[in-house]
Amino acid sequence: MTTVTVIYTALFYAAMLLFVLGVGRKIFIYARTPQPLKIPITPAPTTKAGVWVRMAREVVLFESLFKASKWTWLFGWIFHLSLLLAFFRHLRYALSPESFLWPLVNLELVQTAGKYGGYAMLLGLLGLLARRIFVDRVRYISSPSDFLMLILLMAIAGSGLMMTFISHTDIVALKAFTLGLFYFDPQPLPASLFLLVHLGLVALLLIIFPFSKLLHAPGLFFSPTRNQVDNPREQRWTRGWTAENTDTPKPG
Amino acid sequence: MANFETPPLTEFMEVPPVIPGTMEHSSPYIAKPEIQAPLAYPGQLVENWEQKAVFKLGELVKSNRALQVFLDTCVKCGACTDKCHYYLGTSDPKNMPVARQDLLRSVYRRYYTLAGKLFPKLVGARDMTKSVLDEWYSYFHQCSQCRRCSVYCPYGIDTAEVSMAAREIMDSVGQGQKYCNEIIGKVFKIGNNLGLPEPALVNTLEGLEEDVKEATGVDVKFPVDVKGADVLLITPSADFFAEPHIDGLIGYAKVFHQAGISWTLSSYASEAANFSMFIGSRHNLKKQAMRIREAALELGVKRIVVGECGHAWRVAYSFWNTLVGPFDFLDRNYPVPQHICEFTYDLIQKDALRFDKEANDDKVVTFHDSCNVARASRMGNMPGGQFVIPRAVIKASVNKFVDMAPDTIGEATFCCGGGGGLLTDDLLELRVKGSLPRMQALKQVVDEHGVTHVAAICAICKAQFSKILPYYKFPMDMIQSVHGLVSNAIRLDRKEI
Ligand code: SF4
Ligand code: SF4
Repeated sequence: MTTVTVIYTALFYAAMLLFVLGVGRKIFIYARTPQPLKIPITPAPTTKAGVWVRMAREVVLFESLFKASKWTWLFGWIFHLSLLLAFFRHLRYALSPESFLWPLVNLELVQTAGKYGGYAMLLGLLGLLARRIFVDRVRYISSPSDFLMLILLMAIAGSGLMMTFISHTDIVALKAFTLGLFYFDPQPLPASLFLLVHLGLVALLLIIFPFSKLLHAPGLFFSPTRNQVDNPREQRWTRGWTAENTDTPKPG
Repeated sequence: MANFETPPLTEFMEVPPVIPGTMEHSSPYIAKPEIQAPLAYPGQLVENWEQKAVFKLGELVKSNRALQVFLDTCVKCGACTDKCHYYLGTSDPKNMPVARQDLLRSVYRRYYTLAGKLFPKLVGARDMTKSVLDEWYSYFHQCSQCRRCSVYCPYGIDTAEVSMAAREIMDSVGQGQKYCNEIIGKVFKIGNNLGLPEPALVNTLEGLEEDVKEATGVDVKFPVDVKGADVLLITPSADFFAEPHIDGLIGYAKVFHQAGISWTLSSYASEAANFSMFIGSRHNLKKQAMRIREAALELGVKRIVVGECGHAWRVAYSFWNTLVGPFDFLDRNYPVPQHICEFTYDLIQKDALRFDKEANDDKVVTFHDSCNVARASRMGNMPGGQFVIPRAVIKASVNKFVDMAPDTIGEATFCCGGGGGLLTDDLLELRVKGSLPRMQALKQVVDEHGVTHVAAICAICKAQFSKILPYYKFPMDMIQSVHGLVSNAIRLDRKEI
């Protein structure tokens, strides 16, 4: 076992642990924190099913963002879609061929889409970066961390593309490494520069996820302005401080 | 104070360039100790206020999911940056919704997040200092809590919630806003925002009965404190006092009269407005709302109808049931509470009201959707009823109706510029500049369709329009109450029973 393998194995365990615990903790906090009043942005659905549809449109189509800014929507949507495609493509490094998902993941379509999705991802990120630099309003609200986040994602996409198109990695060995991680049976990591960079940055991304604005992913589902049913007259809503000392004068 | 220029109305609404600091000087008067006292807030900045403010922030975040989620999830995408009328009217980047949130988020990050504790510069985290407090005081009083930004935010981040929290923190360490807090005190002491005591209210209403009798020959009543009436009407106290509000009140009375439904006002709960929402004060919000429940019980009414007022309708529609419900002692065949527009609309649907629309033929009318009605409440059974129903009531009363541009009405409506507790002369510059997008849209329908009047269902909007229309060279009496239009056209031919 090489030093590199030891370091990366440890790094990935640590990163996964931080990610799962960190995001889990935040989700727990969001779920536990009461929303005392009804505050959906109206017009809002008047049924639970309607809220599901509203949320689905937000998650899948970024509907509000579309209303707001077509360019940001375009680049943001392209980026997230290609992220999804890349994720599917990467599943083949993490699934064993016996898995029932394997035939799906191994589809030519999934693999090709994921492959070229890398370019789309870079394009989306570049567009977002350009907005951050050239639109005075967006530049004004950007912190250093906002730029660094885009650069980090671009570096991840870039190093991935390098491996796909320029300097191939030993995929069989890589797969043995990832499966080894899952089965707690460490396997040697093929030492290729791009792979090391790629994996290192992904680990970094996992680590900062729970402490950064990447929390928008779980946060969206908890946003009361979007996920509340508009029925305050029909159904009395009380949570948190509005559920405490509800003593009101009674008739008679 | 009046040392500013009204922005010119151009052909289209353009997004202005960022010019930092243009509204830095705008700040409302600070509440004196005697104004803070009735609201149970410290009279002046307390000792150790920095720690106390930070602590209060933590408390609020812990007890309010919206705040918790909103402070974490903003990705600085910028989608909201050109959506606030105060930014569009002033160019001041701190009036961009996300930048306004960041004034508070930066402090939250510093004290409550790992990244902000370790790398404050990197993530834009700041210590709580006097200059931060001053900035909060200035810019959280440049937000009318209109929620327009939230419509466009991919995570629904509502800057109104953030500004309410900021105001609550400031109040709790002793830095309150004079305008709002003084008014809330008047409600506790006298029963309404105006500080109109019962005898004066009775007097006003008697005067109105005489006026209407003189104008129409019909005995339209304006009852107050009548036990056993069917309907308790809760309306903003401006309706007792100012033009064009009072025409609206006359309109409600005529509708009740014509429908033959007995109704009453309450001298104890003679106010629909609840400014405690603007300052994010939980206990005062509830305390104010409780007066209405008490009045309904005391008078033994069966229904509660709410007059034309935007934020009051939000509080009534969205919060009353939560805060002071359940209303199981009222007639559940009707929504509790019911908006006066819903009430009139139902009667129109049942063919119980007839109109002589010609009475309004001197007008071409457009409708200004008030923020809190549009984005924080509903009317009728279906989502968006809050847009359909008031328009239907107007169209029943007037022949000539035109809407303003689609991206300036409905859920996209622009604030009048005076909502959220900013309707005070010490913020006049902000109010004039913040109304720019609305005035722009109005000018367009004036030029293209000869619109002469704009109707609204909000006391704040009406007062704000009356004040700022002349700055943009529109006549002050262009602003109308929706029920003022009803009042002009409704037939009062009910057979006396
Ligand atoms: S709530 Fe309205 S006033 Fe406040 S920041 Fe958002 S758009 Fe501006
Ligand atoms: S639209 Fe929402 S996420 Fe984007 S910058 Fe504004 S508040 Fe942040």
